[in-house]
Amino acid sequence: MSENMLEVTNLCISFGGLRAVDGLNMKIRKGQLYGLIGPNGAGKTTVFNMLTGVYKPTSGKIMLDGENITGKPSIAINRAGIARTFQNIRLFKNMSVLDNVKAGLHNHMKYTTIEGILRLPRYFKEEKRATEKAMELLKVFELDGEAQQLAANLPYGKQRKLEIARALATDPKLLLLDEPAAGMNPNETEELMQTIHFVRDSFKMTILLIEHDMKLVSGICEELTVLNFGQELAQGETSAVLNDPKVITAYLGE
Amino acid sequence: MKKLNISKTSRSNFITYGMVIVLAALMMILDGAGVLSSSMRGFLVPMCIYIIMAVSLNLVVGILGELSLGHAGFMCIGAYTSAVFSKCMVDTITFAPLRFTIAILIGAACAAVFGVLIGIPVLRLKGDYLAIVTLAFGEIIKNICNVINLGVDSAGMHISFDKASDLNLAEDGQIIIKGSQGISGTPKDSTFLVGVILVMITLVVILNLINSRTGRAIMSIRDNRIAAQSIGIDVTKYKLMVFTISAAFAGAAGALYAHNYATLTATGDKFNYNASIMILVYVVLGGIGNIRGSIIATIILYILPEKLRFLKDYRMLVYAIVLILVMLYNWSPKMQEYREVLRLKLKAKFGKLNKEESIT
Amino acid sequence: MTFLNYLINGLSLGSVYAIIALGYTMVYGIAKMLNFAHGDIIMVGAYIIYYSMTSFGIDPILSIVISMVLCTVLGVVIERVAYRPLRNASSSLAVLITAIGVSYLLQNTALLMFSANTKTFSSVVAIDPIKLFDGQLTISGEAIVTIAVCIVIMVGLTLFVNKTKAGQAMQAVSEDKGAAQLMGINVNGTIALTFAIGSALAAVAGALMCSTYPNLTPYTGTMPGIKAFVAAVFGGIGSIPGAMIGGLLIGIIEILGKAYISSQLADAIVFAVLIIVLLVKPTGILGKNIQEKV
Repeated sequence: MSENMLEVTNLCISFGGLRAVDGLNMKIRKGQLYGLIGPNGAGKTTVFNMLTGVYKPTSGKIMLDGENITGKPSIAINRAGIARTFQNIRLFKNMSVLDNVKAGLHNHMKYTTIEGILRLPRYFKEEKRATEKAMELLKVFELDGEAQQLAANLPYGKQRKLEIARALATDPKLLLLDEPAAGMNPNETEELMQTIHFVRDSFKMTILLIEHDMKLVSGICEELTVLNFGQELAQGETSAVLNDPKVITAYLGE
Repeated sequence: MKKLNISKTSRSNFITYGMVIVLAALMMILDGAGVLSSSMRGFLVPMCIYIIMAVSLNLVVGILGELSLGHAGFMCIGAYTSAVFSKCMVDTITFAPLRFTIAILIGAACAAVFGVLIGIPVLRLKGDYLAIVTLAFGEIIKNICNVINLGVDSAGMHISFDKASDLNLAEDGQIIIKGSQGISGTPKDSTFLVGVILVMITLVVILNLINSRTGRAIMSIRDNRIAAQSIGIDVTKYKLMVFTISAAFAGAAGALYAHNYATLTATGDKFNYNASIMILVYVVLGGIGNIRGSIIATIILYILPEKLRFLKDYRMLVYAIVLILVMLYNWSPKMQEYREVLRLKLKAKFGKLNKEESIT
Repeated sequence: MTFLNYLINGLSLGSVYAIIALGYTMVYGIAKMLNFAHGDIIMVGAYIIYYSMTSFGIDPILSIVISMVLCTVLGVVIERVAYRPLRNASSSLAVLITAIGVSYLLQNTALLMFSANTKTFSSVVAIDPIKLFDGQLTISGEAIVTIAVCIVIMVGLTLFVNKTKAGQAMQAVSEDKGAAQLMGINVNGTIALTFAIGSALAAVAGALMCSTYPNLTPYTGTMPGIKAFVAAVFGGIGSIPGAMIGGLLIGIIEILGKAYISSQLADAIVFAVLIIVLLVKPTGILGKNIQEKV
């Protein structure tokens, strides 16, 4: 076991001739709140997609808590302990809010399909336990009142929260948040910051997030990596990175 | 809250079971009293068959969200394999209920095997490409069943895809399947009671499946495949599972079909894409993903052409027009908007009459 | 020599499939719907030509033109009345089922108007067969005309789609309806035009098909319609050259399968080849592979 939750070494991916991510190195310590920032098109979401097995990296290595997960399929990576949210929200829209979270608990419910069909005692026991667990998670995000609603009917901000709750339900070691504050107003963002802090502290979670909202980034991230055109532009403690002239130029232009 | 959830879905399921049982009991009473016309009596078993077909197709179309146009192909497999079994065993197993039970299981199992076979390409294909592959699969099955000759003699089984005379059976031989003339002399074991029991088994299995972790996994794949994978749901496994289960029930329905008529052939529209599409129509009109709706739509649409008989030659024309109009009424976004406005207007009017209503 | 004969028959049948498949593919590309009633338009077109020639004694070419005009009107009306209201429906199944309803409607209307009795279609082609190699190889006039017409249509459509304003509007609409609308393209008009072209092609296909296979019933269009749909998918649905290649291949496979394997299993062979092709190339021979953006 290492003290780093995630170690990314020289990660590269090309699409056709284009190097979307080129030689990224990143170390995230256990329990850290880490930010991945950069201008639009810098390759941030592509990094997430490689970390979660949506894309296979062209080269490089990804270690999760000492386990090599490079190029593994999404399902295996989730079971290894990474869960994520998506920039363009991907909820199970025609399922209830509660069932969205219970779907996240899928691999933690210990009854077989046959037991489910025959309604054996384990079905009732496990369903009850899952419902309780899911309601607890929903409470954290103040969604317990809407548990029976269809996910599609939630307002935007709550949909983002539900995605985090669903990801947490899989009981990950590392949580990846892709622009969690996108489309939220300042009040909602403030509230979200507190929630993220709370999640990190109470679930002892390591969190990596992509964000454009600088207030949120400077407010909660302890360390940052800045990507620009697929390459690492700067790395280090948040305040130092944000005051780096190179970073400021990249964001504001020459 | 959570108690409400459990009781809400199981209440809905029990309404479905109750509806089927009450309808079945009613039909049996009417039949016993001799009130049912002979054509209606002839409808009872087919109705059960098509309810099983519609409900099992709804699992694929409504719950998994994949379009299948070859469901009748699975029914064809179930019909043929079970009929072959029954015909071979008619003298060996004389206790009909046991023989028929085994026949149904064999029909379901063989169809399930093909469900796995067709499920494999499913994993690579999406949407309309998948639809055309299922259609092609159904047509192949029907085509093969139309030309196959099968005979049994003391030396074992003989198969020919050309002429029955090519089988070269020994003296004691018996032809089981005779090309396009199909299988005749299958014991007529299907009864309305068996049909209702099979419908109930189908409903219990599929509704319980939907309301379990497996069902949630299947629906999550339907709603968002990438998100489902991101939370560790094995898309391949569950897609294959759905195709297999759905095919097995279609196979059981096929067994019911084969044992309801004196002869079984694969000619005409019985097992081709037209049959598959007819079942799809039941599913869509009953509501995609709505199991109870599938049952109701099947009953109504199966009887409708019969009840339209007074229209004589115009019967199928009227059926086509009704189908188009119902689709436009149910699914057109403009119509939906119009209905919503109308509903609100009615509500407002009702609210004025009832003051308490308008305050709350 | 018999093989060459079969091959030419296959090319001729394949050309008919290709012409029908072009209609399927264009409509699919632009409206993203499987127009199940497309095959029945072939049947309607063939009946129009039949009655125009036998009851009114109109000359074959003019009959085809009349049939094309009437089928075009029919196609546009169907699109306007039955498909357009469902274009933005929440499930794509809605319009599919409606198309099935339209197919039933056309078949049963034909059944009432023309009865179920088989009509014998007389060929619209007046060219004598060509005999080659001392009469060992005979190419019928129908085959020559069918293959030639198919090539002309293919070239014409490719030019139309790539070189004309309306054709480019079609490409734009098939790519992104919303963006096309913002660019000032008349989306409804463009889709209607696509149905018009597809239906006119169906009328031509009906004339050519019934000249070679003269039995005409209200169900004549169904199986060729399904085969052409298979051809369109085979070639990569949405692609014009794909429909052409798919159609020709399906025609050749069907005729050769009938000749050398089993006449009863020919359809099964065609469908089996389709499944194998899709297993190897899930979007057909010339289809584009679109990956979902995460």
